[in-house]
Amino acid sequence: MTRLNARAPEGPVAEKWTAYKAGCKLVNPNNKRKLDIIVVGTGLAGASAAASLGQLGYNVKVFCYQDTPRRAHSIAAQGGINAAKNYQNDGDSAYRLFYDTIKGGDYRAREANVYRLAEVSNQIIDLCVAQGVPFAREYGGLLTNRSFGGAQVSRTFYARGQTGQQLLLGAYGALSRQIAAGNVTLYNRRDVLDMVLVDGKARGIIARNLVTGEIERHAAHAVVLANGGYGNVFFLSTNAMGSNVTPAWSAYKKGAMFANPSFTQIHPTCIPVHGDAQSKLTLMSESLRNDGRIWVPAKLKDVERLRNKEVKPSDIPESDRDYYLERRYPAFGNLVPRDVASRAAKERCDAGFGVGTTGVAVYLDFADAIKRKGHDTIDSLYGNLFQMYQQIVAESPYETPMMIYPAVHYTMGGLWVDYELMTTIPGLYAIGECNFSDHGANRLGASALMQGLADGYFVLPYTIGNYLAAEIHTPRFDPASSEFNTAAQAVTDRLKSIKNTGAKESVDHFHRRLGKIMWEYCGMARNEAGLNEALYLIAELRGEYARGVKIPGGVNEYNPELEKACRVADFIDLGELMVRDALQRSESCGGHFREEYQTSEGEALRNDDEFAFVGAWEYKGRDAAQLHREELQFKEIKLSQRSYK
Amino acid sequence: MNLTLKIWRQKSATAEGQMVSYDVSGISADSSFFEMLDTLNQKLIMSGGDPVSFDHDCREGICGTCSLYINGRPHGPEKGVTTCQLHMRSFKDGDTIHIEPWRARAFPVISDLIVDRSAFDKIIQAGGYVSVNTGGVPDANTIPVPKEKSDEAFDAATCIGCGACVAACSNAAAMLFIGAKVSHLALLPQGQVEAAKRVQQMVACMDELGFGNCSNTYACEAECPKGISVSNIARMNREFLSAKLFAEKEKIIQDSL
Repeated sequence: MTRLNARAPEGPVAEKWTAYKAGCKLVNPNNKRKLDIIVVGTGLAGASAAASLGQLGYNVKVFCYQDTPRRAHSIAAQGGINAAKNYQNDGDSAYRLFYDTIKGGDYRAREANVYRLAEVSNQIIDLCVAQGVPFAREYGGLLTNRSFGGAQVSRTFYARGQTGQQLLLGAYGALSRQIAAGNVTLYNRRDVLDMVLVDGKARGIIARNLVTGEIERHAAHAVVLANGGYGNVFFLSTNAMGSNVTPAWSAYKKGAMFANPSFTQIHPTCIPVHGDAQSKLTLMSESLRNDGRIWVPAKLKDVERLRNKEVKPSDIPESDRDYYLERRYPAFGNLVPRDVASRAAKERCDAGFGVGTTGVAVYLDFADAIKRKGHDTIDSLYGNLFQMYQQIVAESPYETPMMIYPAVHYTMGGLWVDYELMTTIPGLYAIGECNFSDHGANRLGASALMQGLADGYFVLPYTIGNYLAAEIHTPRFDPASSEFNTAAQAVTDRLKSIKNTGAKESVDHFHRRLGKIMWEYCGMARNEAGLNEALYLIAELRGEYARGVKIPGGVNEYNPELEKACRVADFIDLGELMVRDALQRSESCGGHFREEYQTSEGEALRNDDEFAFVGAWEYKGRDAAQLHREELQFKEIKLSQRSYK
Repeated sequence: MNLTLKIWRQKSATAEGQMVSYDVSGISADSSFFEMLDTLNQKLIMSGGDPVSFDHDCREGICGTCSLYINGRPHGPEKGVTTCQLHMRSFKDGDTIHIEPWRARAFPVISDLIVDRSAFDKIIQAGGYVSVNTGGVPDANTIPVPKEKSDEAFDAATCIGCGACVAACSNAAAMLFIGAKVSHLALLPQGQVEAAKRVQQMVACMDELGFGNCSNTYACEAECPKGISVSNIARMNREFLSAKLFAEKEKIIQDSL
């Protein structure tokens, strides 16, 4: 097992980024024009990076599978974005945000990266306001904040329940400006299917034009992956239907290490599953936990009466309700971090206290808040979320409590990157959700938007220059070279072989089966026997997939089933690595809960002596992977048992 | 539920298209419209048929990818709802449902129900942003913005760029889409600096791309899944006129010097 070096600058954590910026190499404007950069993905990370790199004068090509960059799934983020502005005078600072993020991540993130994130968070808000992002304001005209889980200060900036949309439209505007200026070229409706390495460095990609089916080669001096998370490995998740791991996975197969793949975030407040035809899950923002109170009946007989519709939730008297988060965690109450809230909901439902027709749901009740703040105030805070809920469930949260249950939402794991956000392949960067870097074993609410934009606007534009400064004499690459030929041929062969299998079941059939295995054995609670069972089941599924997936249509035409088939093949392989990683980590931390390792009160029990490391996997052929460790050094923050009581 | 679907099938941009009839059965009223179409496609795939292509992604009403013209209305019968948030409880057992793509010259069909909306990207590229660079901006609280203005700007900014306004309009006008962006930015002090240039460039781009003109039928507002108000078109017209007048005045002054 080799040890990975993050190459963070020496010195006190608060001075590292300043020191780095003072010492990193620069590229002069004339040379920037001669350097090409490929950016894969146009969510908050990809769009902000492409816009900022274009503005600097690099020649940028940006790719997305959607019809336009504005539709990347960052658009669906609801609640908000954190920043250490301390506009509320409630004691916030960069250090506090850093501390909360490390603690919230259950001490499995790298201090240097997280401090930098907290440090640049304020600049993000400044920039977004200048772009015209309509954040919520006070009557005096200044910005307002709301609270989010895992923090005791109010540091979340928001635009009603559509913060991700507004931030992405800001970044999309900046990107559009650079496209108009000719600094960035947009390639929409493209799937990026492979990385091209020349002499060990990332020098390009192979993409498939989704409309024509054409296989395209694109060369560059550096490649930036911003393809988001891999929650769709569970089939049902809050991700978009097209969200996939393929670009990152192809990088993994070419030598980029994949870190902490088993760290998945199961979000506590999603709309419960309705039936077998379900295709995706919808999140209800965590911000609702500011005003909503979570409860289940305290008595089993009430559970029965509710299910038989003999009584309404509002008929259950206060004394017979179990506000289990307030009971178990009096200090944080309904605002405990996501992993804690999700497990607590599972615990109550497993014990038989779940509500709804399926018994796998808990109430999120706004009656108190409506009484206290009034209907209009609640409407101004959560109006669009309530509407969305009513549209899906056909019940009004103003009249009866919402029903919610945890669902797969975010993946903390991802490509391993160093302090400069470079993967283990020189010249290949990973930013936003697709890297592993900042959230440890659990992400706090409103921190994903912060990280995506921090990476794209304020970190990568500095660090990529430090690499490209040595590339100014490297001429543009010829996409007809042998490396590109080999990679393009491999992609073409792969598409043909997927297309030509025995044709028994559809892609969705296999994807649903994979999702069930992952949810059952590698979801909210995991144990050794279950994980071993999952390894067996995934191997079996993979064999069946290779022998018989049914794909209509041709390779050289618009063919969404073929797109899905490639993505699901990668999800199956990734699922196996996630299970291996969960098996390897014989401790519980954050979203990774191993049933064998818990306190007497059922809380996650970490093992810092043996597992205070990032587990990064190196591809060693289809069925093998080798684990490497990056030991985590906690110099600023003392490791302690997380407590929200 | 059992339903008959009449769906526009068109192999490619250049191929001839036609309506084709399909039956689906056993659909739950709690399913979404797309889950119903998923069921149809699974059936088609397993029986050796050609599944129906349609655009969809987030399936939670915010990305703006979905674009079906259902029973003669963009996004179907419910007000303020995208196709992906439409549920089968909005239909009755035994219904016949007609499903077509957006129809507009500026949105050519790519395959079946999928159209090319990149014209919207071009309109935004023509000026739908504030020209600020990453870095070098003032503190976020330096410029106070009245809450009412900020809220109004937000209402305009919630446009998801789906194109229902164009599909609903008998002239295939894109004025609600542009009006929303022009308003969003013109209402904020940050956007006012370039307001005059922005509205002229975006309108010129719209004309170039083959969108029609507004004739005040308000169909766009009625069908917009995000309830964007036609008052944004009025504001855009005001902005456009004042920009033109100002530009002419400038020219007269310049010429007289």
